[in-house]
Parts: sequence; C-alpha cells; structure tokens
Amino acid sequence: MSDATAAAAARPGGPRLTQLLAVDAIRLGETAADWRAAVRLAGDALVASGATTPAYTDEMVATVEQLGPYIVLAPGIALAHSRPSPAVLRAGISLVTLVEPVRFGHRENDPVRLVIGLAAVDEEAHITALATLAEFLSDETRREELIGAAGARDVVQLVRAFEQSQAADRSSVGTAVPSTEETS
Amino acid sequence: MKILAVCGMGLGTSLILRMNAEKALKQLGIEGDVEVSDMGSARALAATADLILTSQELAEQLGPVKPRVVTISNFIDFNEMVTKLKAAFA
Repeated sequence: MSDATAAAAARPGGPRLTQLLAVDAIRLGETAADWRAAVRLAGDALVASGATTPAYTDEMVATVEQLGPYIVLAPGIALAHSRPSPAVLRAGISLVTLVEPVRFGHRENDPVRLVIGLAAVDEEAHITALATLAEFLSDETRREELIGAAGARDVVQLVRAFEQSQAADRSSVGTAVPSTEETS
Repeated sequence: MKILAVCGMGLGTSLILRMNAEKALKQLGIEGDVEVSDMGSARALAATADLILTSQELAEQLGPVKPRVVTISNFIDFNEMVTKLKAAFA
C-alpha cells in the first residue's frame, strides 16, 4: 500500500453511499433462477443507473466463475463486483433483493437474499460508501428494514437517515472533519 | 504487526476486512497496519506480513504461506473479527 492509500484509509474520503446508490440502481423483490441471474440483476441495475456498460455485468459473472463464491461475504449477502475497467463509467453501487433466496455455492453464507453490485473506478474511491453499507448491514434490524422496504425511494431514505446518524455520532465525539454543506 | 487482508480483487471484501480489522486492533490495544491485496499479489506480499485475513475459500486457493492465516466467515460481523484477532494474538 502506498502512503497515499494509507492516508486515505486513516481519513476516509470519497463519495458517500447516498451519492453512489442511485434510486435507479435499486431493485426490490426480484426473482433469479440461479447465482448468475442474481449477479446479472445487480449488473443490470448498475447499467440502468449509468454507472457501467453491460460488459461489466459479464465481468462480474466471470469474477465469480474464476474466484468462486467468496463474494457471499455474510449470511444472505453477496457483493458482486469486478475490477476497474473501461466498462465502468463511474463509481456506483446497486442493490437487489430476491424473493426466493439463491445459492451461490458458499459453505456458510448461502442462500443469498441481497446482492450488492459494486462498480469501482480505482481501489479506494468507494471506501466511504462501502464502509457505510457494511456498517448499515451489520445490524439485523436495519438489514430487515432494507429487505422489507416498499420501494427504492424508501431504501434511499433508510440509508440517508443512517448516514446522517453516523455523521451526528462522529461530531458528538468531536472527531468529525469539517464537512461540505449538505445540499440535497 | 503487519496484517494483510486478501480478497479476489483487492477492492471489495478486503476493504471491509481492513475496516473491521483496524477497528478491532484499536479495541484490543494492538499496534498494527492493515494492508489490502488481491489474490494475484497476495503470495508475494505474504512474505512480509505477520498475519493474513481472508475467507476460508480464498485461504484454500492461496495455499501454504509463511504467516498465520485467520479466516473470516461473516465479513460484516465486527464481533467475529475481534474474537478471532484476540485469539490470534493471545
């Protein structure tokens, strides 16, 4: 890791989760026949939001074919992604919930109900958003709220509320860095 | 203490591992640096690491390496990270 990367880790920067997770990139209550179809849904959602071209969806599927189902990083949750490529137009995150959980072949964390799609432009720019998402999903109540949300806008609301509570926590312990003015 | 967090591409799950590992080290009062790596570079970088963090699956693909390998099942479970790092450094 370079010094610059280490510094970025110490002081997370980059876009917030709500800046990378577009309403168009959220698909709730989808159906997928198998893991490939589930990954493709997450890829399609990234394409719909303008983050990637369809070629990136193929790259995400190829990553699992090549490296295995380790992307199922927690019970019921897969993080589908590949590496930065010309098929990534900008950083983006998609969320797909499945009505019928799908098996990816992971020994412990199958079956998957929530597929996250990640399009990265480099190794670090998405770190703040990914950290927020991991923190959000680590709480079972929040996870169930997300999976049970009525619509994509409700998901964005849940995530925004969580982001704001995190920012409030940071400022209350006095470690917040001066943030740019909230305009949205 | 140098910890290497390894995943397939070095930019997704390994970043989540690094975030939780850094938080866990702080809580345990252990001084250490956590770096991320993809599978391709992991073997070379392992030579200078004290501990490797990865999934069971990737640990098997990685094969035998010099440092101790700690595998994580649930990457977003902070308690699992704390428990396993605590055991590794006991």
